[in-house]
Amino acid sequence: MIEINNLYKSFGGRQVLKDVNLKVKTGESLVIIGRSGCGKSVMLKHIIGIMRPNSGNVNIDGVDITKIDSKELDEVRMKFGMLFQGAALFDSLTVFENVGFQLIEYTDKSYREIRGRVAECLKMVGLKGIEKLKPAELSGGMKKRVGLARAISMSPEIILFDEPTTGVDPIMGDIINDMIRDLHDKLKVTSITVTHDMKSAYKIADRICMIYDKKLVEVGTPTEAQDSTNEYVRQFVTGTAKGPLTEEWEN
Amino acid sequence: MRLKLMVRIMYGYWKRKVKFFFRYVGGSLILLCQTVFWTFIPPFRKRQTLEQMNRIGVASFPIVFLISLFTGIVLALQSAYQMRKVAAEMYIASLVALSVTRELGPVLTALIIAGRCGASITAELGTMRVTEQVDALETLSANPVKYLVVPRFLALLFMVPLLTIYADFFGIIGGYLIGVGKLNITHAMYVKMTFDPMKIKDLVTGLIKSVSFAMIICNISCFEGLNSEGGAEGVGIATTFSVVRSFILIIVADCFFTALFYFVFR
Repeated sequence: MIEINNLYKSFGGRQVLKDVNLKVKTGESLVIIGRSGCGKSVMLKHIIGIMRPNSGNVNIDGVDITKIDSKELDEVRMKFGMLFQGAALFDSLTVFENVGFQLIEYTDKSYREIRGRVAECLKMVGLKGIEKLKPAELSGGMKKRVGLARAISMSPEIILFDEPTTGVDPIMGDIINDMIRDLHDKLKVTSITVTHDMKSAYKIADRICMIYDKKLVEVGTPTEAQDSTNEYVRQFVTGTAKGPLTEEWEN
Repeated sequence: MRLKLMVRIMYGYWKRKVKFFFRYVGGSLILLCQTVFWTFIPPFRKRQTLEQMNRIGVASFPIVFLISLFTGIVLALQSAYQMRKVAAEMYIASLVALSVTRELGPVLTALIIAGRCGASITAELGTMRVTEQVDALETLSANPVKYLVVPRFLALLFMVPLLTIYADFFGIIGGYLIGVGKLNITHAMYVKMTFDPMKIKDLVTGLIKSVSFAMIICNISCFEGLNSEGGAEGVGIATTFSVVRSFILIIVADCFFTALFYFVFR
């Protein structure tokens, strides 16, 4: 269970998140939508403890991660897997070392076992025989999938996806969406996805939330999002240029 | 009215500068303390440390060799210009040996490493920061200081003094080439005049300096890299600052240690 209470965050006097409250049930797939730069990724980074809020708290299974030390935070983070927007693979390591990073660092598994688990994770994301390649030798879509394989290597309870379909072609985007939904259904993990791609949101989400005016607003199921009467949500999900979101921005 | 506005602008400017200075000094000192702390906490990353030693030490050897050799040659030639006037050419050997071991060897090596490796460390860590690789490390429960800074710290701490010894040696060889080959000083006389005035403390003070320079290079380059922001432009700026600030601090530290050793070991 993930719980965010009264979270505030600002950078150099610029308020990004204001009084954000959120509850994500175990096994749920939540999608957070919103315009670019509205604070979606910032919120995700608070959930995994990379950023500390100005005030408010973030509880992961009852542990307030804003108040624990780095050692305890590392233990909480072992429950997480995260796919970054640009995949964030380590350039100096091979695909095998990237995917098996936590297995090598934190388990007593033999090389043979790690190799097996890495191959298994890569297979789950539709890749095979690329263990020896470096990230620079991979395409954008492959990088995202390797990032996904790294995120699931330790069988996490919670997976965070930061713009999983950004920067890949529509077909690859759809493949990644299917993969995320498949992983969610198969592994029964809690997942939070940040995106502005509505096609992706409808496919992945059990529930959708939207960030606007620095606050998080509950939208509902994908069907409810499509039929929303809220003019902000309506403009965003239909992707029209004219509406309250752009007017606010212009002003 | 106008004066009041100017004073207020000046006050704001200096307030920002002073704030930045203390934040920078505090941040880099905290990083140094964290680095020293994590150095003694297992598991020790031998492979990464050896890789860094190779990049910093082995790969820098040719440039250190060239610069120290030519510095020795230039030093011998420049001093010959003066020494000839008083017929004291044989003292060139002592002058070269002492200047190189006490001063030029450690400082030149540190400047070469700050320019060659410090810049590369900042660029690498800065790129990792702006492409979220450092964040990814944290999400994988790996401490960025332990994983990224400690191997570089150990490599610099070991390789900079080693390269300094090489620089001392090749600097003396440079002086020897000119002294024996051009100024007609005999081999035996040159060797005698090199080692007679040299004491073990000359070498040791040079090495103490080089250890402090290694710490400066590591601290500044890693701090700048890990705090980079703003994409490629930000990494470029951080790299420039890293080299400039390392150079300044190396010279300041050199001045401090020279004065300290002068008064302590007189």
